Amino acid sequence: MRHSIRGFGTSVSATLAAAAPRHVSPARLLLRRLVRRKLVLLSLLVLALVFAAAAAAPWVAPYAPQRMDILHRLAAPSALHWFGSDDFGRDVLSRCLWGARTSLTVGLLVVVIAGLAGTALGVAAGYLRRLDGVLMRVTDAMMAFPDILLAIALMAALGASAANVVIALGVVYTPRVARVARGGTLVLRELQFVEAAEALGAGGRRIMLVHLLPNLLSALLVQCTFLFAASILTEAGLSFLGAGVPPTVPTWGNMIAAAQQYMDRAQWLILAPGLCIVLTVLALQVVGDGLRDALDPKLRRIR
Amino acid sequence: MMRSYVLRRLGGMAAVMFLVATVVFVIAHVIPGDPAAVMLGPSATAADIAALRVRLGLDAPLPLQYLDFLRSVAALRLGDSVFLGQTVTAALAERAPLTLTLTLMAATLATLIGVPVGILSAVKRGSVLDQAVTAVSMAAASVPSFWIGLTLIEYLAVQWRLLPVAGYGPPDAGALTHMRYLILPAIAVGLPNMALIIRFTRTSMLDVLHEDYVRTARAKGLAPGTVIIKHAFRNARTQVLTILGLVVSGLLGGAIVTETVFGLPGVGNLVVSAVLRRDYPVIQGALLVISGIYVLVNLVIDLLYAALDPRVRY
Repeated sequence: MRHSIRGFGTSVSATLAAAAPRHVSPARLLLRRLVRRKLVLLSLLVLALVFAAAAAAPWVAPYAPQRMDILHRLAAPSALHWFGSDDFGRDVLSRCLWGARTSLTVGLLVVVIAGLAGTALGVAAGYLRRLDGVLMRVTDAMMAFPDILLAIALMAALGASAANVVIALGVVYTPRVARVARGGTLVLRELQFVEAAEALGAGGRRIMLVHLLPNLLSALLVQCTFLFAASILTEAGLSFLGAGVPPTVPTWGNMIAAAQQYMDRAQWLILAPGLCIVLTVLALQVVGDGLRDALDPKLRRIR
Repeated sequence: MMRSYVLRRLGGMAAVMFLVATVVFVIAHVIPGDPAAVMLGPSATAADIAALRVRLGLDAPLPLQYLDFLRSVAALRLGDSVFLGQTVTAALAERAPLTLTLTLMAATLATLIGVPVGILSAVKRGSVLDQAVTAVSMAAASVPSFWIGLTLIEYLAVQWRLLPVAGYGPPDAGALTHMRYLILPAIAVGLPNMALIIRFTRTSMLDVLHEDYVRTARAKGLAPGTVIIKHAFRNARTQVLTILGLVVSGLLGGAIVTETVFGLPGVGNLVVSAVLRRDYPVIQGALLVISGIYVLVNLVIDLLYAALDPRVRY
């Protein structure tokens, strides 16, 4: 917490610096810097693949995710079932692909909800002094719960469904985004361009939307990438505990939970969905790190 | 000076705990849905539901319920479990030591390995070792702790029979036997957090290693080890302390999930079964206890921070 403000200041000034050469658009420049690092490029490709697989699951999955084949129960990986089959003879590869749909959709929606709500609250807290104390104490209180525990408790109150997982995780992660948005706002509002806009008579809403928000976007983008990774992990944890998406829906967490009792006979049941989680989350973290470095020249020099 | 600082921090902690209790109340009472109806299931009669509502105090007006709730939380009366036949306080007191031991073991493991590796990685910046450490810690931070747990059970316990598979040993077994059962869970909980500690320690050390006084110490001809430990790390350790405060939440969360994997009778297991049975008083109690531990640990860390770094003003 102590560092977020300082780290933030550098990335804000970095954005200003990155926008300096007029002939290249900032987005282009950012992409060029990102792709220069091979690991980041590789991770972007992995993410593209996972997203494509999730989007195309109904067409590329070799079997329907719920199709049972009693004759081939717990079959080891083979040409017929590339990742093997589960205790009902359902194809693990197909279920992983459909699981990607659920996990990515949940993750994206959580990012949208927590991103919007957190940004609105954070900018308001940072700019409007009256709100700051109350809002930050409430985020303190909410961050005193481990992510997964608060999510479990919310799921207990809301009931198990994919939509409720999105709501619960949205609530859990909103304070985290709010913290970053507030920290950035506190730095920015002391800068001269905000003072100038105030002197010209711009109202609070205009300052926040037109002057503060655009300058926060890069830091929020980095935060949202990590948030995406965190929501995928927490969603998997919730499903694994039986407090998330209902067990009949194929998700990576549900697949691992169901596979537990067959662990000694069919390791692929745990391996396949586990690797899906690890690869996706790892790729997101690498991209998040890459984004942060690309947006922050100071950090890059230190490394 | 220090005393007034401690008192002020204690006051701040009480304020946060008050808000935590409010969040817990909001989750259980304000979110739509009738806990009594949910707890009893679809087969319950209206009379049963009404009776349970009275027993849980749900028939009172909301502000009154809130005041009542705050009063009993302050008195550490957390109500009765609906299913366990014991008070929530008793149920938690029975299971909290396991969760705390597990969290502590995981924290020790993560710190004892994470901090030195992070320092080494920073000192040897750019080397093959540094790159390997960065890659491994990045990967370890991406693995769900329950998956690590299951994999450890499969290989270390089932196939190679090095450590007990699951459970907590017989109740009358000594502390050492219990600890043996906690080794695998502690690794599962500790690993992702160790990865975070490595990465943060490395960054903090890199910041410090660029300072002028480190160059001066080197120029004086001090042994490299002395410069790193006595000069650089001394100044990075407060930052490392801050990191530990941040991973406490991850450690507690990891413990909650991992207990289920290993069938350990701790607070996590209690919460998960309470969620499945909709045992609201137990869920509330566990939320309060876990967040209480988090707030307490962070208070201790803040105080240590002030003690270690004279620049922190009281």
